[in-house]
Amino acid sequence: MASDRRPSKNSPTRSADAGTSAETDPRRPSDHFDSPVPEVTNPRLGFVGYLRFFWRQLTSMRTALFLLLLVAFAAVPGSLVPQTTSDPNGVIQYKAANPGWSKVLDSLGVFNTYSSVWFSAIYILLFISLIGCIIPRTMHHVAALRTPPPKTPARLDRLPGFLRTASAEADDDHVAAGVNSARELLRSSGYRVRVLDGDSASAERGYLRETGNLIFHIALVGILISVGIGGGFIWTGQKVVPVGQSFVNTLSNYDSISQGRWFSPDSLEPYKLTVTKFTPVYERKNLNAYGEAIDYTAYVRASVPGQKTTNEIIKVNSPLRIGDTDVYLLSNGVAPVVTVRNPAGKVVYTQPVPFLPQDADLTSEGVIKIPDGLAKQIGMIGFFYPTECSKATCGAAPTSVDPSLTNPVLTLQVYTGDLGLNSGKPVNAYSLNTDKLKLLAGFGSKTPGLSMRPGQTVKLPDGLGTIELTNVVRYVGLDIHHDPTQLWVLTFAVLVFLGLITGLFIPRRRVWIKAVRRGGTVHYEYAGLARGEDPRLPDAVAEIAKKHSQLLGLTMKP
Amino acid sequence: MTQATLVSDSLVAIYSAMFVYALAFIFFTYDLAKRMSEAKALASAPALEVVQAKAGGKGGTTTTVLDRPGPPPPGFEVTASGKVKRSLAARLGMVFTVMAWVLHVGGTVFRGVAAGRVPWANMFEFTLTATAIIIGVFLITQFWQDLQFLGAYVTGFVLVFLGVATTNFYVDVVPLPPALQSYWLVIHVFVASLGTGFYGLGAALSIVQLLQARRESRGLPSVRAIPNAERLEALAYRLIVVGFVFWTFTLIAGSIWAEHAWGRYWGWDTKEVWTFIVWVIFAGYIHARATRGWRGSRSAILAIVGFSAVLFNFTIVNLYFHGLHSYSGL
Ligand code: HEM
Repeated sequence: MASDRRPSKNSPTRSADAGTSAETDPRRPSDHFDSPVPEVTNPRLGFVGYLRFFWRQLTSMRTALFLLLLVAFAAVPGSLVPQTTSDPNGVIQYKAANPGWSKVLDSLGVFNTYSSVWFSAIYILLFISLIGCIIPRTMHHVAALRTPPPKTPARLDRLPGFLRTASAEADDDHVAAGVNSARELLRSSGYRVRVLDGDSASAERGYLRETGNLIFHIALVGILISVGIGGGFIWTGQKVVPVGQSFVNTLSNYDSISQGRWFSPDSLEPYKLTVTKFTPVYERKNLNAYGEAIDYTAYVRASVPGQKTTNEIIKVNSPLRIGDTDVYLLSNGVAPVVTVRNPAGKVVYTQPVPFLPQDADLTSEGVIKIPDGLAKQIGMIGFFYPTECSKATCGAAPTSVDPSLTNPVLTLQVYTGDLGLNSGKPVNAYSLNTDKLKLLAGFGSKTPGLSMRPGQTVKLPDGLGTIELTNVVRYVGLDIHHDPTQLWVLTFAVLVFLGLITGLFIPRRRVWIKAVRRGGTVHYEYAGLARGEDPRLPDAVAEIAKKHSQLLGLTMKP
Repeated sequence: MTQATLVSDSLVAIYSAMFVYALAFIFFTYDLAKRMSEAKALASAPALEVVQAKAGGKGGTTTTVLDRPGPPPPGFEVTASGKVKRSLAARLGMVFTVMAWVLHVGGTVFRGVAAGRVPWANMFEFTLTATAIIIGVFLITQFWQDLQFLGAYVTGFVLVFLGVATTNFYVDVVPLPPALQSYWLVIHVFVASLGTGFYGLGAALSIVQLLQARRESRGLPSVRAIPNAERLEALAYRLIVVGFVFWTFTLIAGSIWAEHAWGRYWGWDTKEVWTFIVWVIFAGYIHARATRGWRGSRSAILAIVGFSAVLFNFTIVNLYFHGLHSYSGL
C-alpha cells in the first residue's frame, strides 16, 4: 500500500533501514520522493559549483513538473486564436475583426504559437531537463541490472508485509533445504535471487519497470528529434485536378507547396496521375440526412517512370502511397467547363474552371479570367448551383438545394479592366480584385448578369463575343505529402506506449526470506520492499510466504 | 424493427435510465448526509474519548485520535469481520444504479443498432457511451474496492450529462460523413471514452481526498466508510494511471487516423491541442506524485484540473472552437 511508503523521518521503508545500497538504487533526481532527504548544507559555490547547482535544478523533478505544467499552459492561447498553419483564413478574419489586439498577438507570435520562440523555449528546456534526467538514470539502471540483490536487512519485522512462521525443530540440513526451496520458489516467481550466509534469500524483481520508464522517456526524445529532422525534409503540395486531366509530380505543376529547409525539387519523382472518374455518393434514403455526402471515390491512373501503369483508388480515409509520397483526397467540387468565343466565332478560351464549394449543397463560387483574345480583358465572378431551386419554392435569390447535378445553373458577373496578369506577380486564381475593374454586367449595373445551363451559349456584354457552358465536370483537391520520418515518429510513439505500460504496471519489489534459528528451532520470516508504486506488495509477500511454508509443512504464525 | 422504432426505444430507455439514476442519486445523497451528520454527532458527543497526541516536539503537529466505544450508530451494522455494512440507503442506491445502467447500456446499444454502426459518432452518442463507461467502471471497481461514497457524485454527474445530451446535443441518426468512415472511429473514440471514465472517477476520488484532508487537518472525525485521504490518493492514482494509458493510446491512435484522413498526423488543431494539454497535465500529475512536496493535496488538485480540461475539451471546444473535429453533429 502506498500508505506504507510515505516519506517521513521514521518511516520503516527508508532505504538506510532496508539494506538498500546506493549502487542498486535507480538513481532518481534528488527530490524524487523516494530519495533520501539531503542534508541542508551551504557550500561555497565556485563557477563550476554554480553550473552544477544550476544543472541539478534543471534536472530535478520539481523543474520537470514545473516545465510540464508550463507547456500545458502555454499551449492554451494557440487554441483560442486561429493559427496560420491550420487555419490561415481564420487568421485573416480574426485580424480584420480585431485590428488593434491582433498587433499585440502578432508581435507575441500567438498566431504561430507552436513555432513561437517562447513555446519552443519551454519545450526545449523541458527536453534538456529530460535528457539530463535520463542519462544518469540509464547508467545506474545498467549497473543495477548487473548487481545482485542487496543484503538481507538485519531486521525484517519493520518492513512492509512482514510475516513469520511458527517455530519448528530443525537441524542444519533442514535450514539449508528451507533456504534452497525459498530460492527455487522466488526464482520461479520471476525474482533474481541471492542466497546470503546460508540462512536467507534476498530477491528482487521488476527491473523492467525502470527499463520501461527509461524507454518511455527516451522515446519521447526520439519523437521530438524525428519531428525536428522530419520538419526539414517534409513537403506538402496541393493540386486541383478536374476529372479527365492529369497531374505530373514536378514543382511547377503544384498550385501551392510548402516545404522544409532541406527540400530540394529534384527529389520529386515525376510520376503522373490521371483522374479518370470521381464518384460522390449522396444519402437518398435517410430523410434526416437527405443529400449529405456519404462517400467520395476518386479513380486514378498512376504511372511511375519505369513501371507499369496501374489503376488506383483514392478515398478520404485511404490515401494513395506512390513514389515516396502520400496522396490524399481532401476536397472536391464542381468545375464548369466554359468556352469563350470572339465575335468572329473563334474559340479564345475553353477549360474546366474549378469553383470553390460554399455550402453542403455545393453552391460554388469561382473566377474566370480572359486576359487575351477579346477586344478587352474581362474577368468574371461566377456562381454555380448544381440543383437550382425553383423561384416558386425558394424565392428570387438563386440557391442550390442538392449537391447532385440535377438542375445546374451558372451565373456570371462580368468585369473589364486590367486583370494584373501581365505584371509577373503571382495572382490568386480563385479571386478577382474588382477595385479597379468596371462592372459590365450583373447586380449593380444596368445590364443583368449572365445565366446559362449546360449546352447554352449567351452573349457577352458590349458585343465582346459569346460564352458557352459546355459541360460541368467534378474535380478533386489532392494533397501530396512527403515525410521521411513519419515511420520513425510512429515507432517512437509505439515505444512510448509500451514503455509507459511497462513502467507503470510492472511492480518493482524486493522480497526477503530468512531462516531465524534459536537453539534447536527455526522459524522463517518474510518481508518485502516496494520500489515505486506497488499497492499489491503485502499480498505478494503473503502469497510467497504461504507457498513457502506449505512446501516446508510449516504453519504461519497469526 | 424499423430504424424509427429503434431510435425511439433507445430514447425511452435513456429517459428511464435517467429516472432510475435520479432515484439512485437521492438514496446515495441521503446516505451521505446521514453519515455526515453521524460524524458531526460523534464530534460533539461528550462520551467520546478524544485523545490529543502531540507528535514530535516543538512545533509538531497535533493529531487527534478518536476512540469510539460502544455500538455503531444506527444505520450501520457490523459484519462478523468487523467491517461496516452498507446502509440500506446505500444498498438501494447501488441497486438502482445497476438497474439504470442496464437501461442506459440498452439504450446506447439500440442507438448503435438503429444507426448501423458504433454509438459514438456525434456528441449525443459519445455522451451516452462515455457516461455508460463511467458508471461501468464505477460498478466494476466495487468488486475490488468499496466506492459507494462516490455514488452520489457519479450518478449526479451522469444524470446532468445525460440531461444535457438529450436536450441540447440530440441529433437524428444520420450516416457518417466520409472522414469518419474508418475503423479508427471505433478504436480511437472508444478508448477516449474509456480514458474519460477512469479520469472522471480518479478526479472524483481526488475531490473526496481534498475534503478528507481538510477534515483530517482540522481534527474532525472521519466519515464512516470513507477511506482516509492517503488511501483515497492511492486509489485515485491507480485509476488515473489507467486513464492515462488509455489517453496516451487515444493520442497515438488519433494521430494515425489524422494522417489517414487529413494528410498529417499532427496539426495543432484545437481538439488536438486540448487532448495534448490534458495529456501533459496528467503526466504532470504522475510526476507530482513522485516529487517530494507534491504528493497529497497538490497532486489531487492537478488531477481535478486535468479532468476539468477533459470536460472543457469535450464541451466548450466541441461546441465553440473551430477546427477539423467538427463532429458534434450540431
Ligand atoms: C517531456 C517531458 C516528460 C513527460 C511527458 C514525462 C512523463 C512521464 C510519465 C507519463 C511517467 C510515468 C510513466 C512511467 O513510469 O513509465 C513519468 C515518470 C517519471 N518521470 Fe517523466 N516525463 C517527462 C520528463 C521527465 C523529466 C525531465 C524527468 C527528470 C527530472 C522525469 C523523471 C521521471 C521519473 C523519475 C519518473 C518515475 C516516477 C515514479 O517513480 O513513479 N521525467 N514521466
